[in-house]
Amino acid sequence: MFLINCPFCGEREQSEFKAGGEAHIVRPKQPTELSDDEWAEYLFMRKNIKGVQFERWNHIHGCRKWFNMVRDTSNDQIKAVYKMGEKPPVK
Amino acid sequence: MSNNLRFKTSKFIDETYRVSFKFNNKTYFGFKGDTLASALLANGIHLVGRSFKYHRPRGIMTSGSEEPNAIIQLHDNSSRTEPNVRATEVEIYEGLVASSQNCWPSVNFDVGGINNLLSPILPAGFYYKTFMWPASFWEKYEYFIRKSAGLGKSPKVADPDIYEHNYIHCDVLVIGAGISGIMAAKMAAKNGFKTLLVDEKSYLGGSSIYDNSEFSKINNQLTSSWLEKEINEISKLENLEIKVRTSVAAYHGYNFLLARESLTDHLPINQRDNKVRHRLLKIRAKKVITATGSIERPLIFDNNDRPGILLSSAIKKYIDLYGVACGENNVLFTNNDTAYETAMSLIQRGIKINAIIDNREQVDSKICYEVEKNNIKIYKGFSVVDTYGYRRINKISIMKLSKDGQTVIGDKTKLNCDCLGLSGGWTPAVHLFTQSGGKLKFREEDQVFIPDVYPSDQISIGSCNGDFGLEEIVKNTLSSTKKFLNIDNSEYNTVEIISVLSQSKRNIWLLPSDKTIGKTKSFVDYQNDATSKDIKLALREGFRSIEHVKRYTTTGMGTDQGKLGNMHALGIISETAGTKMGEHGTTTFRPPYTPLTFGTIVGRNVGEFFDIFRRTPIHDWHVKNNAEFENVGQWKRAWYYPKENENMHQAVQRESKAARDSAGILDASTLGKIDIQGTDASEFLNRVYTNAWSKLAVGKCRYGLMLNEDGMVYDDGVTTRLGENHYIMTTTTGGAANVLGKLEDYLQTEWPELDVYLSSLTDHYATISVCGPNSKKIVSKVIPDLDFSDEKFPHMSFKNAKIGNIKCRIMRISFTGEQSYEINIQASFGKSVWEKCMDAGKDFNITPYGTETMHLLRAEKGFIIVGQDTDATLTPIDLQMDWIVSKKKYDFIGKRSLYRSDTIREDRKQLVGLLTENPEEVLEEGAQIVSDVKKSPIEMLGHVTSSYYSPNLKKSIALGVLKSGKNMLGQKLIIPMENKNINVIVADPVFLDKEGKRLNAKL
Ligand SMILES: [Zn+2]
Repeated sequence: MFLINCPFCGEREQSEFKAGGEAHIVRPKQPTELSDDEWAEYLFMRKNIKGVQFERWNHIHGCRKWFNMVRDTSNDQIKAVYKMGEKPPVK
Repeated sequence: MSNNLRFKTSKFIDETYRVSFKFNNKTYFGFKGDTLASALLANGIHLVGRSFKYHRPRGIMTSGSEEPNAIIQLHDNSSRTEPNVRATEVEIYEGLVASSQNCWPSVNFDVGGINNLLSPILPAGFYYKTFMWPASFWEKYEYFIRKSAGLGKSPKVADPDIYEHNYIHCDVLVIGAGISGIMAAKMAAKNGFKTLLVDEKSYLGGSSIYDNSEFSKINNQLTSSWLEKEINEISKLENLEIKVRTSVAAYHGYNFLLARESLTDHLPINQRDNKVRHRLLKIRAKKVITATGSIERPLIFDNNDRPGILLSSAIKKYIDLYGVACGENNVLFTNNDTAYETAMSLIQRGIKINAIIDNREQVDSKICYEVEKNNIKIYKGFSVVDTYGYRRINKISIMKLSKDGQTVIGDKTKLNCDCLGLSGGWTPAVHLFTQSGGKLKFREEDQVFIPDVYPSDQISIGSCNGDFGLEEIVKNTLSSTKKFLNIDNSEYNTVEIISVLSQSKRNIWLLPSDKTIGKTKSFVDYQNDATSKDIKLALREGFRSIEHVKRYTTTGMGTDQGKLGNMHALGIISETAGTKMGEHGTTTFRPPYTPLTFGTIVGRNVGEFFDIFRRTPIHDWHVKNNAEFENVGQWKRAWYYPKENENMHQAVQRESKAARDSAGILDASTLGKIDIQGTDASEFLNRVYTNAWSKLAVGKCRYGLMLNEDGMVYDDGVTTRLGENHYIMTTTTGGAANVLGKLEDYLQTEWPELDVYLSSLTDHYATISVCGPNSKKIVSKVIPDLDFSDEKFPHMSFKNAKIGNIKCRIMRISFTGEQSYEINIQASFGKSVWEKCMDAGKDFNITPYGTETMHLLRAEKGFIIVGQDTDATLTPIDLQMDWIVSKKKYDFIGKRSLYRSDTIREDRKQLVGLLTENPEEVLEEGAQIVSDVKKSPIEMLGHVTSSYYSPNLKKSIALGVLKSGKNMLGQKLIIPMENKNINVIVADPVFLDKEGKRLNAKL
């Protein structure tokens, strides 16, 4: 079980958190202008990488804040956590 | 059987304390300090069970948690019965009752033994190949398989014991209290680390604590004496907590470990009441030192499974620790030096060793000469090719090994024995290391897998790290621990070791036989009866990956997870396939290391604590008034209120009729309530609901539908504008938490620029819904100061009011189609206001109704219930709710998806009403809708989502989803049931009062 460093609360058990899928997928500002394919790209397509992945997490049983995490899915190492809107601190 | 199997030499056995116990209905005696296994062996009993598949007699094989054979049932037919317990781990206590479990009618005569004779037709994959075809026969096969196979019996009554969970945080966790673990724990604790040391056994010191050999010494003292002093010292260290009888079950990422601490299993039954039996420790350690030792390997040869065949290290432990001889005429069979330590222990006590069979041609270390000096015949370069004796070994035959070890040559010699000790070298116990995600490497010299890459802050030390000699163990433990904990100095720097064992070894995974392979039974996995032949067959049939071979042959799939034989399976695979060890993978060890009881896993979460439930403020009234309850999410909701002898149907019919004829009252407190404030609140609602909100006047209510981004209906409810920048949103009962989460998600991640604040008020308010043509009269009596006239207080509006001094909010909204008022009041006043309403409604036959009637009433009106009539595949258009989807709004969640090529298909499933041809016939929810039952396969057009008998319409009504349903109004379709076909007609989903006249009806 991970030990996650919430950017607002500090280190907490994984059981306090909820994973929210891939990060940095921005909701299109003008969805009506998009073709079916472009909309589907936003709606359905996810990378699901084996390796370093950028993810959304929510401290749902804590401060309820959403934040981002860089995690290596091959060994579950958390490389970084950072607030929404911030640039990832690692590549 | 002679009586001198017990030797008065062990300080671990209290011979002044005699303990009586029962095994297979016979009473025996042992001493305090014995395990069930040592006590049985002291009584001359080896045969304790039958093997899983062939029902071969099996005896005690080991002395620890790796035991594959001696698994027994404790306290059969009692509430404390427990199956699959390893006799080698049970500490005996007065009144212990144990029985063999995989045999019928008895362990000495077992009907299933015939499987042994049938074994040529029970090859690997036999179950897959035979019993799966024809599929319809499975039930018949299953009966026989379950009867003749199967392990123990589960208890039939509630567990009387108490279990609990504990969190532990420490700087350093040391797993295993052998010589390495003791050293590491002492170094950690003395250097300021808060340290926890755990061991699965009841004593500390591991196998070194009974090592009294003159051939391995520490600081010129016997290893056992030196270690005893160390243990004595560490028990006084303040920084160190020591837990015995504590087995680490799982090692997860980020140094999170689960361990089971056993607290009462060694006590007499009558001393266990009201005590915690097992404690599940949830350990979060900054650093972990694994010192779990190693497990001796058996040797794989024909008939290597008879009772009386044990690991050589187990024979040593039984004599040195328990003072019990496993046999009176022993033979040891080895490929390395460790069996000679066992030999020395036997020699010291004058127990006969008939011979030592050693695979090696060269046997020349000092300890071997010492053994030879005692006139013990050593057969060098020999191998055991067969064993004899049904219920106990009585003979072996041996032959000379060829130079390459691939065949046996020369004459066969027979030797008598009643006990055969096996030593195939050692396998580091890397189970926990691999569970943690660690990667292993293979060491060619002595054919072992050892830790290579650590995934977290941890090290392995001692023999679980592949250090087998005493000198290596002590030296490497010292240097690794110093480095790991960043310690400069240690008193262990000056420790001096004498050890005479060599590490030479002749490893042959599958020993050759003079018989052809098909005729031998060389067991690799004792518990699952998997032989070398099975593994070779799996390879012949094309299996390569160890994970596949494992499943096909069931090797390593028993409760012992193949602790003894997995390495041999890997070895035989690589030898047969001509590949390198590890190339086909090593098997994955999964938690738990040893089985856990369910009690340990659930802890205190039993009975009413199994899952929490939420009660409304009015709950007690419902209980008092005979309500039956329904679980909705975590809520207990009043389902219906049966009177006298009413059944559910009768109660619901009465309640439904009363609500439409005069007045009904519903506890709606469970609905989700989200307070929304901020200057952008209206804009926010515009974005999350399908309809428009900006123009909703203060004091008005509006129904809203919320979609997922994929256009599918997610939740619904009425939202009220309390002020310019203030709304209260209601959600479905089950959806409340998720809706709040979704709104927060969008606010925090997509639209952080919006000035909106959300708070959940679900628990803060009680919600009482009074409905029916007389509802207005009733609420007017409860709140006489408020003007309830239709002009001042029309449908879909809200008023602040007071009941006495208590503020409340009244919404005139309706989920039943009747005129109705929802009173929202601070939760603590919920029950008294409910009672006030009941009182005021007395003259109008006010009738409390539950969720079932609520569902019926809304179905009459064709109102959907999200989650019952919808299933995340329906758009508002599919639900015939086009009216609620704004055409003007530029965007809202899910809008773009409403005109994807798939969502605009005409033949999507759409919500329809269904009327049965026979109005008395009520459909089953979930039933399929078809048009043609003659065609095969029958095409499924949809299914029934809600169905009731309506007392107000005096007929059966149903809602369903149906392909192209919108265009099928009036069509006849069929609901095929098990023994009849029901004719239905597609109808408008609104069955009652389509014009909505009842919302304002006056009586
Ligand atoms: Zn937080």
